[in-house]
Amino acid sequence: MNFEIILRSGLSTGTILIFAAIGEILTELSGIQNLGLEGMMLVGAMAAFKTSLATGNPWFGLLVGIAAGGLLSLAHAVVTIHFQADQVVSGLSLTFLGTGLALVLGEGLTGQNAPLIPNFTIPLLSQIPWVGRVFFSNLNLLVYIGYLFIPIAWWYINKTRPGLHLRAVGEKPAAADSLGVSVYGTRYLYTFIGGCLAGLAGSAISIAISPGWYSSQTTSGQGWIAVALVIFAQWNPLRAALGGYLFGMLRRFMLDLQGPMTLFGAPNPFFYNHNLAFFLQMTPFLLTIIALVLGSAASRRQRIGAPAALGVPYVRGERD
Amino acid sequence: MSLPFHLQVEKRLEEPPRWLPIVTSLGAVILSFLISGLILLLIGGDPIKTFQYFYNAAFGSWGALSDVIVKATPLLLIGLGCGLAFRMKLWNIGAEGQFYIGAFCASLVPLVPLMNMETTPRAVVLLVMALFGMIGGALYGFIPGFLKAKFNVSEIISTLMLNYVAVYWNNYWIYSTFSDAGFQMTKMFPKTAWLPRLADLAQQNRAFSGITLHLGVVFGLITAVIIWHIVNHSRWGYEITLIGDNPKAAEYAGINIKRNIILVFMLSGALAGLAGMSEVSGVVHRLQERISTNYGFSGVIVAWLAKLNPLATILVSFLFGALIVAGREIQPSGLYFLIQGTILFLVISSDVLLRYRVRFERTSSEAA
Repeated sequence: MNFEIILRSGLSTGTILIFAAIGEILTELSGIQNLGLEGMMLVGAMAAFKTSLATGNPWFGLLVGIAAGGLLSLAHAVVTIHFQADQVVSGLSLTFLGTGLALVLGEGLTGQNAPLIPNFTIPLLSQIPWVGRVFFSNLNLLVYIGYLFIPIAWWYINKTRPGLHLRAVGEKPAAADSLGVSVYGTRYLYTFIGGCLAGLAGSAISIAISPGWYSSQTTSGQGWIAVALVIFAQWNPLRAALGGYLFGMLRRFMLDLQGPMTLFGAPNPFFYNHNLAFFLQMTPFLLTIIALVLGSAASRRQRIGAPAALGVPYVRGERD
Repeated sequence: MSLPFHLQVEKRLEEPPRWLPIVTSLGAVILSFLISGLILLLIGGDPIKTFQYFYNAAFGSWGALSDVIVKATPLLLIGLGCGLAFRMKLWNIGAEGQFYIGAFCASLVPLVPLMNMETTPRAVVLLVMALFGMIGGALYGFIPGFLKAKFNVSEIISTLMLNYVAVYWNNYWIYSTFSDAGFQMTKMFPKTAWLPRLADLAQQNRAFSGITLHLGVVFGLITAVIIWHIVNHSRWGYEITLIGDNPKAAEYAGINIKRNIILVFMLSGALAGLAGMSEVSGVVHRLQERISTNYGFSGVIVAWLAKLNPLATILVSFLFGALIVAGREIQPSGLYFLIQGTILFLVISSDVLLRYRVRFERTSSEAA
């Protein structure tokens, strides 16, 4: 077991969760909850892989993967914004729809090798002792894009005018409307952006970080983890990033725990009884619940929480 | 060019007519088959042949029909439980996990074994198994209910996470202690732990030979009537509906919301657990991996399609049972999810017709 390997693995797999979670944060800040992340990620992963395979160009694959996630999210947008349907149920059906689409269109992709987004070492930065070796060398290009994306998302939400409009629409849509901000327009836009980022997260799996198409196992529940991450992060991209990287590290750590023959000088039970690994595998999910319990206590203390209008359809002229 | 009429969309002030929800739901189901057929056509399939095959796989013979009912049984139980929780706006997405824990606990009876499987009457064994399944599911439902009531933890997330935990828990036991000669399944239950099947009567009536229909469906039907009674004719059902519709009013009325959150979650879990018991005891006859084909999630959809009405849940779960049976044999395998997702999307979209009315108005000559 090697801390550097765990850390680097966390940075890679965490990136997938972070794209999806920050996309969901943007969507939820506008007042729309989209639980369909898993479906959108799967469709993104399938579209990116299929396109990359067909055209031989992974960048084109990435673009199509992003667009596919975005397109699928529009179904959720129409149903929840215009038809005022229940957002939880719509999100769940989006997961089914996305899974179905991805499996039907992804027939025969298993076992194929598509061209991938390359790994990359950043010149200069990679020369920094330790930090350079761990954070800036031979990681996937999308991991570095994640580094840049996290602070930009935070800055956009908290420090810019469109970010202010976004938060206003999610907190007090009627007030935002009266100031001339289009509530429907904003919600459509950020649901779409959230979908695009879920598509990006899916593409990051299939043509970059853990490449290949394994039908519904490609995402293996990461979309749901990303939804949990949003709540854990209290709708803050920086906390989402921290949580995402930590979760990635935790998964790798659990995997690596089975390697050594001794732990702390004693015989390693996970080495001698492989079935105990099932308990290691369930630990991240249990820890997610514990994190939510702690997070909900903290958020009550600090009086922060979900956007006030999250999940509530907006109808102009109706009192809430 | 202007049309001689225009569409006027306005909010309904009165209750929509009673037939309208049925018509819109049916329309949504038909439309979603059309859309799925179109997608099949686009990817080079033959929709007519596929759906013919679909129909035959589900209703083509008595055996197929019995398979449909067998698949509908867990969906019915789960759909009833989820529907009850949804009335309170409690999003129990954890039926999948509660199903697995229910199946696990019920399996303990023949596997440990908790009673002498040779001498105990079959009815007693089955009753104890059903009880164990329900208790297991209820306890597993208690966790998210308690976390929601006490710490306001989103039940959507906690139930989803617990789904994974339940599957890994189940896997541990079937890979280790209860493993049958190293296979990833337990040994077959003794016959006393099997729910009676129609096939058991084959000696009296040849027509029943090979028919897998088992007693679990009776559990489902009885539960549907009980839940229907609770919802429509009991004080508790009224409280649940009130909490869902208007939590503030319920609080002023002195209803203990937190206690109800936990209770409803436990009942919802108990029904999913009973579904798990019915599946291992009536169908698989052992505990193994993948005893659920997404029953937990399909149950959510079933409940919603039935508009949370317990009796309508019977019908909808039958339809989804057919979808599962046909979907098993159909290529591409994702078609089943695709149709499910499309149906649900169209149904929740069509709900807008219940809240708004569309009127054709003749455009008057002055206005044109």
